[in-house]
Amino acid sequence: MNDTPRLRVIDACAAQADDQKLVLRLPNDADPMALANGPDGLTGVERIELHFPHFTDGRAYSQAYLLRRRLRFTGDLRATGDVQIDQLLQIARTGFSSAVLKEGLDAADASRHLEQFAGFYQRDLAGNQRTA
Amino acid sequence: MYRYTEFDKAFVKSRAAQFRDQLERWESGQLSEDDFRPLRLLNGWYVQRHAPMLRVAVPYGELSSAQLRILARIAREYDTPSQSVYHSAMDAQAKLGSTQLPTNTAHFTTRTNVQFNWIPLDKAADVMDLLASVDMHGIQTSGNCIRNISCDERAGVAVDEIADPRPFAELMRQWTTLHPEFAYLPRKFKIAITGATEDRAATDWHDVGLRMIRNNAGELGFRVSVGGGMGRTPMIATVLREFLPWNQIMNYIEAVVRVYNRYGRRDNKYKARIKILVKAEGEQYIDDVEEEFRQIVELDGGPHTIPQVELDRVTAAFVAPVPVIHEGTVASMDAAASARFDRWVRRNVASHKDAALRIVTLSFKRLGQAPGDASAEQLERLADLADRFSSGEVRVTHTQNIVLPWVAAADLQALWEEASELGLASTNIGLMTDIIACPGGDFCALANARSIPIAQALADRYQDIDELDDIGDIDVHISGCINSCGHHHSGHIGVLGVDKDGKEWYQITLGGADGSEGSGKAQPGKVIGPSFSATEVPDAIEAILGTYRELREHREKGRYELFIETLRRTGLDPFKAAANGARAKEEVPA
Repeated sequence: MNDTPRLRVIDACAAQADDQKLVLRLPNDADPMALANGPDGLTGVERIELHFPHFTDGRAYSQAYLLRRRLRFTGDLRATGDVQIDQLLQIARTGFSSAVLKEGLDAADASRHLEQFAGFYQRDLAGNQRTA
Repeated sequence: MYRYTEFDKAFVKSRAAQFRDQLERWESGQLSEDDFRPLRLLNGWYVQRHAPMLRVAVPYGELSSAQLRILARIAREYDTPSQSVYHSAMDAQAKLGSTQLPTNTAHFTTRTNVQFNWIPLDKAADVMDLLASVDMHGIQTSGNCIRNISCDERAGVAVDEIADPRPFAELMRQWTTLHPEFAYLPRKFKIAITGATEDRAATDWHDVGLRMIRNNAGELGFRVSVGGGMGRTPMIATVLREFLPWNQIMNYIEAVVRVYNRYGRRDNKYKARIKILVKAEGEQYIDDVEEEFRQIVELDGGPHTIPQVELDRVTAAFVAPVPVIHEGTVASMDAAASARFDRWVRRNVASHKDAALRIVTLSFKRLGQAPGDASAEQLERLADLADRFSSGEVRVTHTQNIVLPWVAAADLQALWEEASELGLASTNIGLMTDIIACPGGDFCALANARSIPIAQALADRYQDIDELDDIGDIDVHISGCINSCGHHHSGHIGVLGVDKDGKEWYQITLGGADGSEGSGKAQPGKVIGPSFSATEVPDAIEAILGTYRELREHREKGRYELFIETLRRTGLDPFKAAANGARAKEEVPA
């Protein structure tokens, strides 16, 4: 098993009830760096939601990197939209901490997809690195 | 060659298992066709005109004999369509005029990968397991991600080398493999690298082109150019850095790719390559990359700075093998054989940085087979040649030939004799019949016209070796559509298949260059007029070559001007006139 931190994978229907926090929703063409320089910055933000309009649109991966690595955002970073089982590993590795699966998919299927590799070449934001 | 560690081997096997799982979920209906397609593409599986196509990655073009034997086995045992698939394919192609479609064959591509055209999808997972047994895979050979890195085929053995680029190519292979941030870029992304003064990797035609250089202080670094590419908008890369210290290369490429991932166009796939972003944004793009690079280094801590110890570790994997030198003597040749052998040595054999060795190019351009095609039997015998004469190693070239990089000078005759028996000793490297061609309309779903019959017609016409020698060095490149897999833009003579009213037509371009010394600075060719029919193309090219032979001047050392030199000196007009004069009178293109 690799050391990818547990990504909280949420069924689409369960996500509706999970809405108590101060949430910032960013479209995938927004610049996270501009946000940090804005008047309020990220102060008080408990969760940032990044959107995948289609799973093949990879802009939110770079946003996640910038938020986690460069802006040191420590709250919940959530993937929404066309989130498929086969993207969860990348989502975990770019610094997301939760993901809302596309409607109809079962979060119970997720865990084995997060454990398919013993390690990766890149030192990514999930703390993975090569083990040999 | 780089030897896979236990980590590398386990990684490739995990990927094969992941793909098997995805394939099974698609077969059982859990994954829809639309959701499966990008996943299979990221593993090199296309669905083409008649059947699936598998593209196997050959990192920076290096193959071992053990890998060749597995490719031979895949060709023999798996590259076989069912009778019904083959019959319907033959029926469809017969309407275009094709009378044969090779099966049980591997194809070397212009990005130094290997393709198979007939493997059924239900055998896909078994083939991936077989590939994994020799550390091979199809990871990122398709899809909108960072593709296989291509390299100088003479890396590590070239006499004009500043530094061996392979350790860097390997470090980049590792860094790009399943990079989580860059698997869904706006479009595909291709990197080429060379460490020699001569550019044999067409670096300026790539999304990122890297040339190793030394600065005035003698330090090693990269000249980094970005935004080259072919397709419907051919573009030559822009130099972003004249000198980047070697240890910063991955931080810098991360900046290049991140800016592209964020700002590259996604609304139109024909405008989604990085070249369009570089062209549209100009200086702004360069400033954005430089700022991102600064922040990666200063704020993120330069996470991909290559430590010297890591470079040393990877470099140690590329130690030169102990050359295989055979005992005994070769049979004496008669005068005619001796002349043929000498000619082959002059044309297909190059000097090596080890004076006792030579670099030999085996030609995969010969009558009866498509450019870059190898049968299962030929792959098997090629593996034997590699073991006997080249320390078990070969290189795939972007011109779709095979290089043996470690041949003892004393073995050349024995190698030539065996390669001749195999049909791999055509004395034509760099000549008229060393044609680059994509699979075209015989196999590819995107093609507008067939490429292989044009290549074959030209090969048929130019079999006289004295005539070939007289025409001299020339690059003829054929693509079946504007996607340009056959690199027609960079051909001195380029042929592009176009579709007009459902019929095959061909545009001819002149004056393209791949950026090598002989061809001059990289540039796309210019279209010379309305398109030609398939039967007119060889006549038009013959007329163009005839014009060259009339107009060329003598140069120093008793040699003639090369075709491309004459073309540059006189301009295109006389060549255009000759080509247009060769049109059939009864056929009028639409």
